[in-house]
Amino acid sequence: MRKWLWAAALAVGLGAAGADARTVRWSASGDPNTMDPHSQNLGTVTMVLQQIYDALISRTQDLGLAPGLATRWEQQEPTRWRFWLREGVKFHEGQAFTADDVVFSVTRAQQPTSNYGIFVDTIDRAVQVEPLVVDIITRVPDPILPNKIASLMIMSRSWAEQHNATRPQNTRQREEMHTTRNTNGTGAFRLASREPDVRTVLARNNDWWGWNEPASREANITEIVYRPISSDATRIAALLSGEIDFVLDPPLQDLNRLRQAQNIRVLEGPEVRTIFLAMDVHRDRLLYSDVTDRNPFKDLRVRRALYHAIDIQAIHRTVMRGQSVVTGTFFPPQVNGYSREEDVRLPFDANRARALLAEAGYPNGFGFTLDCPNNRYINDEQICQAIVAMWARIGVRAQLNAMPLGPFFAKIQREDTSMYLLGWGVPTLDALYSFQSLLRTRDGGQGNGIWNYGRYSNPHMDQLIDIMVNQSGQARNNAIREALRIYREDVPHIPLHHQMIPWAMRANFQIPHMANNQPYFRWARMN
Amino acid sequence: MFAFILSRILQALPVMFTVALISFAMFAYVGDPVAIMLGQDYTQAQRDALVAELGLDQPFWVQFATFVVNAAQGEFGLSYRLSRPVAELIAERAPATLELAFTAAGIALLVGVPMGVYTGLYRNSWLSRFFLTFSLVGVSLPTFLIGILLILVFAVWLGWLPSFGRGDTVRIGFWTTGFLTVSGLKALILPAITLGLFQLTLIMRLVRAEMLEVLRTDYIKFARARGLPNRVVHFGHALKNTLVPVITMVGLQLGAIIAFAIVTETVFQWPGMGLLFIQSVGAADIPVMSAYLLLIALVFVTINLIVDLLYYAVDPRLRIGRGKGGH
Repeated sequence: MRKWLWAAALAVGLGAAGADARTVRWSASGDPNTMDPHSQNLGTVTMVLQQIYDALISRTQDLGLAPGLATRWEQQEPTRWRFWLREGVKFHEGQAFTADDVVFSVTRAQQPTSNYGIFVDTIDRAVQVEPLVVDIITRVPDPILPNKIASLMIMSRSWAEQHNATRPQNTRQREEMHTTRNTNGTGAFRLASREPDVRTVLARNNDWWGWNEPASREANITEIVYRPISSDATRIAALLSGEIDFVLDPPLQDLNRLRQAQNIRVLEGPEVRTIFLAMDVHRDRLLYSDVTDRNPFKDLRVRRALYHAIDIQAIHRTVMRGQSVVTGTFFPPQVNGYSREEDVRLPFDANRARALLAEAGYPNGFGFTLDCPNNRYINDEQICQAIVAMWARIGVRAQLNAMPLGPFFAKIQREDTSMYLLGWGVPTLDALYSFQSLLRTRDGGQGNGIWNYGRYSNPHMDQLIDIMVNQSGQARNNAIREALRIYREDVPHIPLHHQMIPWAMRANFQIPHMANNQPYFRWARMN
Repeated sequence: MFAFILSRILQALPVMFTVALISFAMFAYVGDPVAIMLGQDYTQAQRDALVAELGLDQPFWVQFATFVVNAAQGEFGLSYRLSRPVAELIAERAPATLELAFTAAGIALLVGVPMGVYTGLYRNSWLSRFFLTFSLVGVSLPTFLIGILLILVFAVWLGWLPSFGRGDTVRIGFWTTGFLTVSGLKALILPAITLGLFQLTLIMRLVRAEMLEVLRTDYIKFARARGLPNRVVHFGHALKNTLVPVITMVGLQLGAIIAFAIVTETVFQWPGMGLLFIQSVGAADIPVMSAYLLLIALVFVTINLIVDLLYYAVDPRLRIGRGKGGH
């Protein structure tokens, strides 16, 4: 009898394996804060939600645009885009997908409680033309609308209304919203269970429209188990011991060990994120400096001297261990508007730096404080330490003030800083986003200079940025090119490098590396 | 008796109030929750609206008064980070921390007391010396290092035990327990040892010292003179008398285990209150942090009260002293 039971149990076990269940166990340091697709625009949130929700336009493996819930789209007038929607798509809970869901999702992302405002900032309204045709009307001509629409996840109107979730979470509410822990998308995976901070399980949606696309034909993942592990050492131990198949954010100091480990593969690729130094070029006197009668950073010669003094190759080699792409500009080649000719650094030349400083009236250098995060970007604090040492060689006495990201961002957002290190990602993959947020004069306009904490202000640059906002085609491209040239000559920042992002996984798991640091399990395979 | 409890509770109130005030004042330095909630893109108007919505534009004393009034009603609001009620979050995480803490305390007691007795009785045996050396390791190595070492040996090299998480849990009413599944028990072993090791060595050393002390007393000599067997003398008379201070200390240390499980929970990704607290610090999630600190203060105050009551019950001298009143 007992023997028979064992045989039955074995048969059940084999049966499950026979149905070809491929589970990938995945980890990273942080857990998504919410399951709401329009609430928090954070990498840790979208890395899970984009498996569940589709957008009208989807991304290809090199971050290009491809049909998603819309099969084609066209700019019919300067301010009107038309999208033809895919037929026969159903949400995970069975509702049919129609143009009305698009209208609803655009409106929902426009609510003040949404973090996704940048993707709909130029949109006036969305209008249903036919059940499967929708128009998006913009207030100004927006040449990069499709790039933004690719980040707008589509929800079901009837489902959201049924669960009283027509707006993203408002912090003053005392009640938890249905969408904080529940989803209903059209995507390749559906949410099977969720315990915040512990375990999130996604199951394959066999009805997904994209399984027959060429990129997904070889995909075979049926279940994704995401378990966050915040301690670096434990996360790597779990990968080495085989409890985890895939780690999205392995710590750099462990990479060499991981490369040598059996059955572990490290996948490296560029990220759309550039690290640079920005400084106070606005105040008449710096807040943190031993120069009390003027602001040395207002002098172009000083900015150039500090730039010349940085041996970026040494940082690339020793601090980043080869995992960076040195740059002379402030967004990487994946971003629309990038120009190879304008991506040129001021050469490392300590003598030239000393001469420039002397010329500017600081033959013996000067002192100031450099604010630096110590847990936000890869090796952020070590980069700052190296730079402080390089400046010391030309007589500049920079004092390093390294701190965790919470206090760091609070400090620079109060503009309580003289110089700071920042890493900038470009979710829209268009140059305008970087120019407008980082270099536009802060005049209160939507998005203008919201991360320009050194208060850089250049009327010519502002003009060019306004052209980027309002015009398209060659005029726009020329404006971007011209603005990049000004960036090189006027040194509003000291650019350092584009970050590289390593992913670590067991050798039997395959997934394409993505520059937006988001895994797409619809293209993944477990052998 | 009732007056005694009442006076203790009245003494506890200022303690709780002070903890609330100090922790609330500290939150000004953990970072700006608004910046973290708004993300990378926002306008000044959105920022001002959120600041007003959270009441952060109010003066410090107004914010603090609102907090105290709400806290007194058990209302801690919504977590900034997770958009869920704080009380619910903490209730969800408490079982994991409590199971871990009690298991760690249990291991510390069950292993520490016998080791202490042994080292007290056989001071010069090689095993005693080994235990004492080993206890030095337990006292001096930091918790996170012990945790990492255990993970390296038992999860990575030997592959016997899981390196993180709580395994499968069973839900009984509001309580989730890992005691009823094999994976839950396996997941409990390494974190419980890590958390309990320090207490274990502490208990061992305390029991040893007490044993040495008690074995020198007259009533032990008298018992031996009566010709009682060693077993009765050691366990019936000596150990019983050493346990009073041990129990007191274990009670007090239990509070410490619950409060300082933070490090162990972080190393093992144990989904308890400590991990919740650490993650909240990273996100400047003030409602969760203040609720957690108040809860820990409450745990300490309660345990102190219970220990005082135990003294009252155990030590006859206390009662007599009070009974005589005017003495």
